[in-house]
Amino acid sequence: MKFTNYLKQIHNVSIYPLISLILFTAIFTIVAIYVFSADKKKMDDQAGIPLQ
Amino acid sequence: MQPEKFFYDNRIVKQFGIATIIWGIVGMLVGVVIAFQLAYPALSFGIPYTTFGRLRPLHTNAVIFAFVGNAVFAGSYYIFQRVLKTRMFNDTLSKIHLWGWQLIIVVGAVSLLLGYTTGKEYAELEWPIDIMITIVWVVFGINMFGTILKRRERHLYVAIWFFIGTWVAVAMLHIVNSFELPVSLFKSYSLYAGVQDALVQWWYGHNAVAFFLTTPFLGLMYYFVPKAAERPVYSYRWSIIHFWALIFIYIWAGPHHLLYTALPEWAQALGTVFSIMLILPSWGGMLNGLFTIRGAWDKVKEDPVLKMFVVALTAYGMATFEGPMLSLKSVNAVSHYTDWTIAHVHVGALGFNGFMIFGMLYWLVPRMWNTTLFSRKLANQHFIIGTIGILVYAVPLYWAGFTQSLMWKKFTESGQLQYQFIETITSIVPMYILRAIGGTLYLGGALMAVYNLAKTMTKGSFVANEAAEAMPLKLQAMPAVKMHWHSVIERKPVRMLIFSLVAVAIGGAIELVPTFMIESNVPSIAAVKPYTPLELQGRDIYVREGCYTCHSQMIRPFRDEEARYGEYSKAGEFVYDHPFQWGSKRTGPDLHREGGKYPDSWHFRHMRDPQEMSPGSLMPTYNWLIENDIQVKSTPAKIRAMQTLGVPYPKGFDKIANDDLYRQADSIVASLQKDKIKVSRDKEIIAIIAYLQRLGTDIKKQQTTSDEVH
Repeated sequence: MKFTNYLKQIHNVSIYPLISLILFTAIFTIVAIYVFSADKKKMDDQAGIPLQ
Repeated sequence: MQPEKFFYDNRIVKQFGIATIIWGIVGMLVGVVIAFQLAYPALSFGIPYTTFGRLRPLHTNAVIFAFVGNAVFAGSYYIFQRVLKTRMFNDTLSKIHLWGWQLIIVVGAVSLLLGYTTGKEYAELEWPIDIMITIVWVVFGINMFGTILKRRERHLYVAIWFFIGTWVAVAMLHIVNSFELPVSLFKSYSLYAGVQDALVQWWYGHNAVAFFLTTPFLGLMYYFVPKAAERPVYSYRWSIIHFWALIFIYIWAGPHHLLYTALPEWAQALGTVFSIMLILPSWGGMLNGLFTIRGAWDKVKEDPVLKMFVVALTAYGMATFEGPMLSLKSVNAVSHYTDWTIAHVHVGALGFNGFMIFGMLYWLVPRMWNTTLFSRKLANQHFIIGTIGILVYAVPLYWAGFTQSLMWKKFTESGQLQYQFIETITSIVPMYILRAIGGTLYLGGALMAVYNLAKTMTKGSFVANEAAEAMPLKLQAMPAVKMHWHSVIERKPVRMLIFSLVAVAIGGAIELVPTFMIESNVPSIAAVKPYTPLELQGRDIYVREGCYTCHSQMIRPFRDEEARYGEYSKAGEFVYDHPFQWGSKRTGPDLHREGGKYPDSWHFRHMRDPQEMSPGSLMPTYNWLIENDIQVKSTPAKIRAMQTLGVPYPKGFDKIANDDLYRQADSIVASLQKDKIKVSRDKEIIAIIAYLQRLGTDIKKQQTTSDEVH
């Protein structure tokens, strides 16, 4: 009686890990696109906030 | 347009800072005591309040929630005001937060010593304290968001995001993991049982490390490292990726604490994959911190603050590389249940958290007292002795972990286990002594910091209200450059909060939901029955004494574990375990198949004097179990609580439960009498023997060849 057997009773359980992978990839891609297209001066200004 | 004049509240930072120092010393001192107890069990002094099983939760709670917690509050209250250019939202809320948190610490410490515990690691505090924590956390949240809303700086600096993420995630984790059914003022049962309880607990336990020990410290890093190095963070771009990737990935990785257990395979795989992915944001963050100091390395030679930060970030890098490696099943098979894990967490706790805190205090105190550090030389010596302390602590424990694991798994040529469990323990006692010396060195360094900081405080004069000025937000011109969507989020803190919540909640839900969905589908093993009233009382004593701090109840499906302990543990065997007691460390052997291994008299003598039955054992005496009476008055309420949680006791069983209890107690008394031990039937020792003799026996009663079991 392995636990994996119980999971067969959940409809489409493999969707869960897939959702996590897709979500993560999406978020990561969007953040990466933003970050590398951001204005350099603005980034420098924001990085300087603690030193003002 | 005139800039507005206002004052920063330094008093609250000072108070949280002093609390950090005091609780830090207390927590480390308890740590040193229990480290020596592991080598010399006589140091438990034969009384309940000073045994390892109660002091260990006190140590972990004190260093995590008191030492680290107060440091996070001190640092964040300082940072909020500076980067948002405003005083804290409300001084009264700050005070409630401060004193409420200290009250929780004191009540929590006393209750742990008295044996009031939920038996769930890092969440041991009982339900009234859980409620207090929730209230104080909400107060902190209101104060934090109030401050953000009245800020005079449009952009939320990256450190603030880490504090927002921390607040949201800790609130969610604490609430979900603390669902428990009160039985009395200081006793409750976890709402979850067995596998579900284990999954929720380690989802919590793992993310407590993530969101209480890591994200707020990255917030501190993004402020104090640039301040100390006097240059902006190396890459602000990295910091954005760092934040989102970290909070998004961390929340999924909890199941790596349960590899090879009865947890579903898919959840174990998910935990491993996300743990490996964690290396990227963690190292991105570490390198971002270290590169910030680039060009300032000459200062690192002189400045104890920067030295501490460099070692802290290096320790963070090492621990966050090691963590994912430990999540690989093949590595975990060796490391789990050994001192390797303890060494790993202390590289993080002593190196990263500890040194970030001391570095921060060495930077903050002179500034708030408007003076210079009393002795830079002493601080440098603290740095050296602390670093040596970490090494002397960690290296022997790694050695102990490898040694013990290899000995556990060693077979003779004829296919017998080569070593008794006790031999695997006695061979690592020298390592335990070295570890305790390492901890003492680290504590010594911390005491040097106390002296140095106290002297600095008396030398300077405290600036309770520091004058500042800034233009009000509505008078500031909007930036001319085009807005990116992320800039919009950064200017809308509430939206930031919601997005952070969504990021952590999705991870939490996807990880937990399927496990709850299968709950109703778990075909229970027919032979697994609820505990008898006497066993239930015994189990509560087991929880009270913190037996889980040294004994696991989870046999992994390995040849050596089956040979040593018996058949591997099945998910269906834990369905009545509120809370689960799988444990995470084997200083003593696994107990899941303990039932029926030894006669009742062996357990009696072993509890009275462990070394008599098992020479060289590191277990302290539990002779008060022979003196104390079982609290039979609580039996009916406990049975009713279990019924509420779905344990199938017959209707009206609570009324006759104590009759059943005494019937079983009498049979144990009789069996002890045969071995010339006289004890009355209402003593706690009878209940604990009943529980230990029950452990893991259910499936032995049925044909083990049945398909249902395998």
